[in-house]
Amino acid sequence: MNNKIQKPLIATKDLSVHYPLRSTKLFGPPPVVKAVEGVNINIAPGSFFGLVGESGSGKTTLGRALLKAAPITRGEVTYSDGEVEFDLTDIEKKDLQEYRRRAQLIFQDPYAALSPRMTVRDIIAEPLEVMGITKSREETDRRGRGIAAKCRLNLEHLRRFPHAFSGGQRQRISIARALVSNPKFVVADESVAALDVSIQADVLNLLKEIQKEMGLAFLFISHDLSVVAHVCDYVAVMYLGRLVETAPTRQLFESPRHPYTKALLSAIPSLDPDDYGKAEKLEGEIPSPTNPPPGCKFQTRCRFAIDICRSQEPKLETEDGHDVACHRWRELLEA
Amino acid sequence: MNKNKNLIEVENLTLQFDTDEGRITAVDNVSFSVAPGEVLGLVGESGSGKSVTAKSLMKLNPGNAIYSPETKIKLHLEDRSVDIMQLKSSKEMLVARGGAISMIFQEPMASFAPAITIGDQMVEQLLIHTDYSVAKAKKYSIEMLDRVGISDADQRFKQYAFELSGGMRQRAMIAMALSTKPKLLIADEPTTALDVTIQLQVIDLMKDLVKEFGMGIIFITHDLGVIAQTADKVAVMYLGKLIEQGSVRDVIRNPSHPYTQGLIAALPQLDNLDAPLVAVAGDIPSPLERPSGCVFHTRCPVHLGGQCSSMVPEFSSVERSHTVACHLIEASNLVDKKVAVS
Repeated sequence: MNNKIQKPLIATKDLSVHYPLRSTKLFGPPPVVKAVEGVNINIAPGSFFGLVGESGSGKTTLGRALLKAAPITRGEVTYSDGEVEFDLTDIEKKDLQEYRRRAQLIFQDPYAALSPRMTVRDIIAEPLEVMGITKSREETDRRGRGIAAKCRLNLEHLRRFPHAFSGGQRQRISIARALVSNPKFVVADESVAALDVSIQADVLNLLKEIQKEMGLAFLFISHDLSVVAHVCDYVAVMYLGRLVETAPTRQLFESPRHPYTKALLSAIPSLDPDDYGKAEKLEGEIPSPTNPPPGCKFQTRCRFAIDICRSQEPKLETEDGHDVACHRWRELLEA
Repeated sequence: MNKNKNLIEVENLTLQFDTDEGRITAVDNVSFSVAPGEVLGLVGESGSGKSVTAKSLMKLNPGNAIYSPETKIKLHLEDRSVDIMQLKSSKEMLVARGGAISMIFQEPMASFAPAITIGDQMVEQLLIHTDYSVAKAKKYSIEMLDRVGISDADQRFKQYAFELSGGMRQRAMIAMALSTKPKLLIADEPTTALDVTIQLQVIDLMKDLVKEFGMGIIFITHDLGVIAQTADKVAVMYLGKLIEQGSVRDVIRNPSHPYTQGLIAALPQLDNLDAPLVAVAGDIPSPLERPSGCVFHTRCPVHLGGQCSSMVPEFSSVERSHTVACHLIEASNLVDKKVAVS
């Protein structure tokens, strides 16, 4: 959590991911979707870093860029785990293979992510074989079983096919597959969103346990703030491709500074029926990234927006280890 | 005038499916009712039979569905009462399918036809269910789109589902479901695919519409927070069985079935970040291996042994209009009722 002293595992500087669209005009440059724009984050080794925002905010693209699974248009991404250092913007093929072993991804939908024609054993062992990490079948089996046991899958489970498992169990299989190559960094993209509340806690506790035991860092992408609050050490809030606020979890939830973060927190349905109507309602929807508004990207939905917000884009300001990009955050804090 | 104060009364709904692997029970002896202007929240995990129960009200379940002869679904309209189970021809079924009952589905992208404009789909159903002319149906549809908060409704009317965002699509779905002025709206996970900010907008919209149209709503969700903010009554389902039922305040503040308590404990709470997350142990059993006795006993942290695994618990009252099917409650007050929500 102390990223100033400790060297971050993943550090980005001004990271941008732009996708060109098909040209609609005969002349002139094609329109560009700025999915991620000027993002600076540091993920400390062994930390649980949360990334939240509505759909369309660029969370997934950012996660993919960190794995070099999305094109990096501008800026830097560096990875450094004490053994190796990579600059992802300029990485050789051989290094990229090594990076793939050290950085993994857990997908959202455990029903779509597992091949129905492979046994659980093969699903978990495949990364080892493809990356040539293990030398013999015995070694592959041993490692596969070891990680499966950590994810609470027994030998009987390994012989079966994915269709025989429930959502929670399938997600545990996906986790085992992602972790079998012993990565240092794992992107978990909405990994519990498809699960029932009753088993969601089970998968979250497992992720947390593994993170502590194996000392790996998670980038936990989620739209569910209450889940993020419970597992993450550090949280970044995204809106329309920009980071609008980052802070240690407790600080973010106790004293959110950005109006967008406040609205997101307020929109979580309360368990108390008498709270109805107390939530701060955010009007409208996230604008299209092809045609973002000028100035602060949130100004179209922000009830505090004034002239400066409509013309000038706010920069991230840091105070007490808490970053926020809002022209009026100080004023709003005092009010 | 119909003197019945309920809008719909479901009695002893039992539904089985004939499958290759044998006959499975999807819904087991479920009874509930909804009055006009009332929102009933139907809660449970996936596989608990919520959606199948809702679809039974429109007889929308596939051909291998077998309803038990005791099943009665009485729909009380102003001038008459019908038992939906007795409706045979598709013409008779119109009253339950889009006439007096409308349904909103979870994935609005999958429920709109992709190659027909939103407007044409809205007009089509109005022509079937009302005596409107095409021009009137069109005008009314645009009004409805406007009513649910879609800007430029006359432009949206001409667009296809893929051109709308998730929140817009769900609004359009609501507009379409409400345009036939149903008495009962069934909303199957209407906000699950939406962001929290949009979810809040849709919940508010639905609450306003209940007030305005005075219809009853069956709101299906697995999110107890959403239930707390929308419903008047709650019915909790597990493996096709109703296990707890009551007013939203009673059930959420004083959950009495171990399963309901587990569901509430599993919700991450924002006011105490240090509280550990507790999952309901185990997975919902396959309907092919339905446990005997109380269906929840295989996962129940406080089950009594023999009694729970052999006898099906009856409903007993905890409070006025708050009933629970659990041997613990039935036998004595062994369970500390104050557990959970504090």
